[in-house]
Amino acid sequence: MGNVKHMEAPDLRLDQAALSVEGLSVDFHLRTHILHAVRQVSFDLYPGRTLALVGESGSGKSVTARALLRIIDAQAKVSGGTITLRGPEGETRLDELAPNSKAIRKVRGGRIGLIFQEPMSSLSPVRTIGAQIMESLRLHRNMDRRAARAETVRLLAQVEIANPEQMVDRYTFEFSGGMRQRAMIAMALAADPDILIADEPTTALDVTTQAEIMDLIARLQRERGMAMLLITHDLGLVAEVADDVAVMRYGRIVEQGTVDGIFHAPQAEYTRKLLGATLKLEKPAARPREAVDEAQPVLSVRGLSKGFGTTNWRGKQTFAIKAVDNADLDLMPGENLGIVGESGSGKTTLGRMLLRIIEPSSGQVTFRPGDGSEQDVTALSGTALAAYRQHVRLVFQDPFASLNPRMTVKQVIGDPLYVSGRARGKALDDRVAELLDLVGLEPSAMERYPHAFSGGQRQRIGIARALALDPKVIIADEATSALDVSIRAQILDLLLDVQKRLGLSFVFIAHDIQVVRYFCDRVAVMHMGRIVETGTAERICTAPDHAYTQSLISAVPSPDPRAKRMLHRTRFQP
Amino acid sequence: MTYADTTHLPEDGPAVSPLRPGDDPAAIAVASQWTLMRHKFLRNKVALFAGFVVIFFYFVGIFAEFLAPGLPATAQPRFTYAPPQSIALWVEEDGERRFLPHVKGYAMEVDPESLRRKFTVDPEKVVPIGFFVKGAEYKMWGLFPWDRHLIGPLNKRDPMNLLGTDKLGRDLLSRVIYGTRISMSIGLIGVASTLLIGVVLGALSGYYGGWVDLGVQRLIEIISAMPTIPLWLGLAAAIPITWSPLQVYFIITLIVSLLAWTGLAREVRGRFFALRGEDFVTAARLDGSSQRRVIFRHILPSLTSHILAVVTLAIPTMIVAETALSFLGIGLKPPVVSWGVLLQDAQNVRTVATAPWLLIWPAGCVVMAVLSFNFLGDGLRDAADPYEH
Repeated sequence: MGNVKHMEAPDLRLDQAALSVEGLSVDFHLRTHILHAVRQVSFDLYPGRTLALVGESGSGKSVTARALLRIIDAQAKVSGGTITLRGPEGETRLDELAPNSKAIRKVRGGRIGLIFQEPMSSLSPVRTIGAQIMESLRLHRNMDRRAARAETVRLLAQVEIANPEQMVDRYTFEFSGGMRQRAMIAMALAADPDILIADEPTTALDVTTQAEIMDLIARLQRERGMAMLLITHDLGLVAEVADDVAVMRYGRIVEQGTVDGIFHAPQAEYTRKLLGATLKLEKPAARPREAVDEAQPVLSVRGLSKGFGTTNWRGKQTFAIKAVDNADLDLMPGENLGIVGESGSGKTTLGRMLLRIIEPSSGQVTFRPGDGSEQDVTALSGTALAAYRQHVRLVFQDPFASLNPRMTVKQVIGDPLYVSGRARGKALDDRVAELLDLVGLEPSAMERYPHAFSGGQRQRIGIARALALDPKVIIADEATSALDVSIRAQILDLLLDVQKRLGLSFVFIAHDIQVVRYFCDRVAVMHMGRIVETGTAERICTAPDHAYTQSLISAVPSPDPRAKRMLHRTRFQP
Repeated sequence: MTYADTTHLPEDGPAVSPLRPGDDPAAIAVASQWTLMRHKFLRNKVALFAGFVVIFFYFVGIFAEFLAPGLPATAQPRFTYAPPQSIALWVEEDGERRFLPHVKGYAMEVDPESLRRKFTVDPEKVVPIGFFVKGAEYKMWGLFPWDRHLIGPLNKRDPMNLLGTDKLGRDLLSRVIYGTRISMSIGLIGVASTLLIGVVLGALSGYYGGWVDLGVQRLIEIISAMPTIPLWLGLAAAIPITWSPLQVYFIITLIVSLLAWTGLAREVRGRFFALRGEDFVTAARLDGSSQRRVIFRHILPSLTSHILAVVTLAIPTMIVAETALSFLGIGLKPPVVSWGVLLQDAQNVRTVATAPWLLIWPAGCVVMAVLSFNFLGDGLRDAADPYEH
């Protein structure tokens, strides 16, 4: 299925569609080539309805949204198409307005509100939240200072910020991530726009916060009858909030239709693949569970704590924050243990303490290499610690930052082998080729530099590096959260395959419940530095005991528009 | 055509078309860091041009003896403050035009009011000139005796002063060319010692942090807080007058660089701080790499391009510092010739009024060199991070 055309001629809907895009194309003139980021994209936005533009990274969905407001980068050019904004005063052709003209500035923020992904970088750090919202009010609604302030307080109350009179004078850094996004929404709504464009509005937020923000956006949209364009990569979110869906891939809309149609009768092969990858993570991976009862745990954690804070003048530490508080864990041989929590719950700190990248403040980590001996990891130093780190390896979250851009793939994967003196010269080449084969890459990748690979391929390289020293345990810290849905499933399957072949144990740290349910046997849920609940993945995901776990699980969007979950979630007040 | 026809492009990959027909967008995949940097640098035409100018200056400095028409110290008492001559290619003889590269000689007249001798270019006197002529004898790089010059009068007793002469009748062109060698090399040698101190202290400060960092940073602040000119004055005054000009030259370089390393150290420290927390450095530590290997194999290679850019920007500071010191008479001293020493001759208004070339050429060289280094350094800094846009 190629480009999807409008079902009807656009002029029949003159009085209905608030914004029509017809044949929009955007080209990026890059250093070495021209990238056709958006190719002949057409869609309509209707008042009171939400169109979700879904696609993986690089599909051109954000560029499309930015092209509507003419705020694309200088190297990008709109090479064709029309953008028509309809309002009470008639039609405006946005594509014909000069990029910095008065007319387009009136539309930006005035008729079309925009919410960005990263609320920290979209809000000015040096001005109060109130001043930034008031600026919009004074520009677009010609209010005086006093009226603008009153209206700002009203808007902040509307986006459910507590104590709006006080919060108006606070700075961005005093707001949490969710509150910043609320303030951003208040700013977008300040001029009472007809259309709201939300570009990945909840991607930087935790699931429970995401659920609250989406509630808020949906309520405001209903109340004001706005048309909304929601840009997201998360099909679950789409199923929860969208009315219509357009699926984008490589700059084209491959399929467009109602949310029910897309989810239950997808036409395009790509849509089916995308849905398949998402639905696959809805149930655990089919893999034989071994009996783990009688074996000794390979890694035992007892009372592990880490406090961040200051030392007083006698050198004694006084903790300001307990990042990890009294954590107990056991990792059985061949087991996948998930650690789930929201940002700031201490899961990454816990993972790093297992490797002593961060030194624990108190507690014990015991490692049993399998030969009957026991090692107290917290007391290791020098060569013993280096030997321990050969057994327990780390896979990083960010596949771009974790590979040295100045080294070829062979040097990256071969570095641990070279340093430990296990292989040199020809033997090193052979071992690297073998590892590349294990993670599903061609041996020809050896001489290439990391920038030549996509995110998924880079993560495979990172996994090959972790496997290079025949480890017993791999700690995967958000190893799949920077990847697209379809790649995520592939990487998880690769890890499961490697585990079956090499008999590894995994500590899998993630914020994403679906990934953990798919991958893990047992799950530990962390909240505010404490492990609140531990149990089998199946039980945690279907019948959690702790109130926090319940709220967490129920806030996860369900990728089925007929079984919405997020809006009926349980809430947790600590 | 309203928009590019992209229907022929494949569905299963990003839609890409080459800028020019025949380009291969995939070639970039196997390019190393340095290749990417080179691509980016070559696109910056201003920096590229500045690079050529810098290379030209160093070329002139290296082959100063051969390129200069004469020796810098040869005084011609017959031609003091002689104005610049220009090269002409044709002579008119008996109504016939003949090819003969030449300059015009000088005529002397005495100003009836001030009774001062004054030289003007005499269009009647023809001084034939040529390439690769025999002239004053010199030792190339102080090693090989030779007497050929790139350009000069065919008869070596004839005057040829393309940029004019100074108060002792010394040829300014030769002096500027010899000055280029000193001024440009003082930048290089100074920067080499700056680099050593700056990188070592910056790396220590950035990698270890804590007390080391605190100490190095306070040292940098103390040094930066010192007023430079009085300090140079003091240090230069401490140089024994019995030292040879060469010794003075080295000690001046050292003085300038001892105060200039702070900027580089701060830059290196900042990059180290940033890179120390990068995932790939953590990965290297977990791979069992020693601290030395982490620093030299993983962190420093990521820095080399930045250091290169900073160094390029530091050289002009050195050149200006040397010029300032010499201009004030506390830096290099004759018979060593540098641009700063040459500018000393242009210190009073009367000289500037009667012989403006004494100011224009050395100052022009300083400005050109400093600007070129700055443009080049900016271009290198932009190219140093090929992943930024």
